[in-house]
Amino acid sequence: MPGILVVAATAEGALSRSSLELVGGARALDASLGSGVSAALLGHGLGSTGAAEALHQHGVATVYRVDHPALTAGQSDAYLAAAEQVARTAKPDVVLVGADTVGREVAPRLAHRLAGALVTECTELAVEGGAVVVRRQAYGGRALATLVVRGRPAVLSVKPRSLDAPEPAPVAGSVVDVDAQIDPNALPTRVREVLREKSEVGLEDAQVVVSGGRGLGGPDGFKMIEELAAMLGGAVGSSRPPADAGWVPISWQIGQTGKTVRPALYVAVGISGATQHVAGMAGSRTIVAINRDPEAPIFGVAHLGLVGDYREIIPPLIARIKELKAR
Amino acid sequence: MDIIVCLKQVVDPELPARDFAIDPATRRQVREGRPLVLSTYDENALEVALQMKDHQGAKVTALTIAPQATVGDTVRLALAMGADEAVVIDDPRSPELSGPARARMLAAVIRKIGRYDLVLTGCESADLVERLIAPLLAEELGAACVTFVARIDAADGPLVVRRQADEGYHVVEARLPAVLSVTSDEANRPRLPKVKDIVTAKRKPVQIWTPGDLGSMADDGGVEVRDVAIPQRTGKCEFLTGDPAQQAEALALRLRELKLL
Ligand SMILES: Cc1cc2nc3c(=O)[nH]c(=O)nc-3n(C[C@H](O)[C@H](O)[C@H](O)COP(=O)(O)OP(=O)(O)OC[C@H]3O[C@@H](n4cnc5c(N)ncnc54)[C@H](O)[C@@H]3O)c2cc1C
Ligand SMILES: Cc1cc2nc3c(=O)[nH]c(=O)nc-3n(C[C@H](O)[C@H](O)[C@H](O)COP(=O)(O)OP(=O)(O)OC[C@H]3O[C@@H](n4cnc5c(N)ncnc54)[C@H](O)[C@@H]3O)c2cc1C
Repeated sequence: MPGILVVAATAEGALSRSSLELVGGARALDASLGSGVSAALLGHGLGSTGAAEALHQHGVATVYRVDHPALTAGQSDAYLAAAEQVARTAKPDVVLVGADTVGREVAPRLAHRLAGALVTECTELAVEGGAVVVRRQAYGGRALATLVVRGRPAVLSVKPRSLDAPEPAPVAGSVVDVDAQIDPNALPTRVREVLREKSEVGLEDAQVVVSGGRGLGGPDGFKMIEELAAMLGGAVGSSRPPADAGWVPISWQIGQTGKTVRPALYVAVGISGATQHVAGMAGSRTIVAINRDPEAPIFGVAHLGLVGDYREIIPPLIARIKELKAR
Repeated sequence: MDIIVCLKQVVDPELPARDFAIDPATRRQVREGRPLVLSTYDENALEVALQMKDHQGAKVTALTIAPQATVGDTVRLALAMGADEAVVIDDPRSPELSGPARARMLAAVIRKIGRYDLVLTGCESADLVERLIAPLLAEELGAACVTFVARIDAADGPLVVRRQADEGYHVVEARLPAVLSVTSDEANRPRLPKVKDIVTAKRKPVQIWTPGDLGSMADDGGVEVRDVAIPQRTGKCEFLTGDPAQQAEALALRLRELKLL
C-alpha cells in the first residue's frame, strides 16, 4: 500500500522520542494525503521493548519489523539495508527518517537506492495543493527555505526536536516480520566501540538549558554555569567556541552543527547570538540572555535581557534562587 | 594513499546580517560583492588529509566545482596549505545544481581522476547545510561512508575513524575506498600557509575541466525550491535593569512567576 513510511528505532529500550516525532509528522501529512502510515521498526531484541505496541498506540497500523543482530548502535550500513528492504516491500510515497547520527547517513543513501527525491534536515512538513511541501533552514539559520517535493518516493530527513511528539491515537495494528538479508561481514563499516562522553544526559529533552559561550572566558566559567543549571534542575549546553576549544564536550554544542533544543527555559550566558547558534535554540519557550554588550544579537531573540558581566550577575542569581526554593 | 578533498566555495558565513540577501530570481544567496571563502568544515577536511600526508605519505588532490572566474582564492589556499594538485570543474551553473546532481558530477570527476583511496568532504556546507554530498558520493562510487568524522585513529592497517555521535563518539572501522565527511575537532584545526608555501603553490598543477568533459548530466532531483524567506525577528526583549544584584533579583522573581522555579 503506497503511503507514508516512518523509519523507527529504539533508544534506551523503548521507542525513541525522535521516532515518535516522525509519527506525528506522518500523521499530519496523512490527514491530507489519506494514504495511511506504516513504520519500519529496526533493531535487535525488539520484542521486549514494546516499540511495536507504542507505534500502534500512536496511530501506526502496520509495523514492518526487522529484528536482526546487526542492528545495533550506530551500524548505519545495517540500518540502511533493513530500511531499503522494508521500503521495497511497502513501496511508500513518502519515507521519513530522523536526521540523527545514523539517519544522516541512511536518508541520502536510501533516496539514492530507491531513485527517489531527497530533502534533508526538514523542520516542517505539510501538504499544500496536493503536493508535499517541506521547510528547512538555510544559510546558517538566516533564511527559511520552502521546497516542493515532486519525486517519489520522497525521502525526507527530519531534524530531531523540530516536530512535536503526537498524542496517542490507538489503532488495531499488525506486525509484519521482514526477514532481512544482512551479512554483518559484508558491511563496509563496523562500529567497534561507543564512547560515551561526560555528557548532559537528555540535553535535548531537558526542560531547562543553561548555555555558556566564548564570553565565559574559559572552562572555569562553566563551573558557575553548571551550578546555575543544577539549581534550576536543568542541563548545560554551549555555543561552538567552548566546544571547539575543548572547555566542554562537543556533545554539549547547541546550534546548526550541534543539537537542537526547545526547553521551557533557555539561558544564554556570554553568547553573542550568531544565527548558527540561534538555529538550535530559537524554539525555546522563554529565552533569557546575559551579555555585557547591549548590542549583542542574542537580545534580538531573547525575551528577558540582562546587560552586564555574568561574573557579577550569576552569583547573586544563584543565591536568590536558593532562597526562593527554600521557602 | 591517494586522497581527494572536495572543496566548496561559499559566501563568508559569518558576514553580518545586513550583507545577506536572497536573489528573488534564482532564490539563492546573492554572491556578488561578498567575500567568498572555503566552506568552514572543508578546511578541516583538508587538514585531515594533509596530516595523513605528513605522517604516512599521501597524494592530496583538491577538487572543486565552481565558476572558474571566482574560484582562484579557494584553489590557491588549498595548494598553499599543502595539497599537491587541484582539479576545477568550471561550471557557471554550479551554485544552482541539486544535491544529487552535484554528487553525480563529483563522482564523475573522481572516476576520471581515477586513483583514490579516500574522498573527504566537509560534514555540512556552511551555506545550505544539507549533509548529503558525502553519503550520495559513497553510493555513486560504491564506497564505504562515515559522516561527521572528528579524527582518524588509524590508517596503516584497517581505517579506523572517530565519528561524532549524539551521545559522544563512535569508533568506526571502514573499508577502502571510503568517503568521509569531516567535522571540526581540536586535532584538525586548519594550518595557516607560510609565505614560502604560497610561492611554491603557484607552480603546482591546476587542471580545469568543463562539465562537458564528464558526459551528460541530467538534473532531475524532483525537488523545487519554491521560496527562500528571511524571517523577521520581532525582537521584543524586555531588559531587566539596575545593578547586577537587582537584575538577579528581578530575574529570579520572573522565573518564579513563569513557574520555572
Ligand atoms: C558552518 C558553521 C556552523 C556553525 N555551527 C555552530 C553551532 O552549531 N553552534 C554555535 O554556537 N555556533 C556555530 N557556529 C559559529 C557561530 O557563527 C559563532 O561564531 C558562534 O556561535 C559564536 O559563539 P559565542 O557567541 O560563544 O562567541 P562570541 O560571538 O565571541 O560572543 C561572545 C559574547 O560574550 C559576551 N561576553 C564577553 N564577556 C562577557 C562577560 N564577562 N559577561 C557577559 N558577556 C560577556 C560578548 O559580549 C559576546 O557577545 C557555526 C559557524 C559556521 C560557519
Ligand atoms: C535553500 C535551498 C535548499 C535546498 N534544499 C535542497 C534539498 O533539500 N535537496 C536537494 O536535493 N537540493 C536542495 N537544494 C539544491 C542545492 O543547491 C543542492 O542540494 C546543494 O548542491 C547541496 O549541497 P551542499 O553544499 O549544501 O551539501 P552538503 O552535503 O552540506 O556539502 C557537504 C560537502 O560537500 C562538498 N561540496 C559541496 N559542494 C561542492 C562543490 N561545488 N565542489 C566541491 N565540493 C562540494 C564540500 O566538501 C561540502 O563541505 C536547495 C537549494 C537551496 C537554495
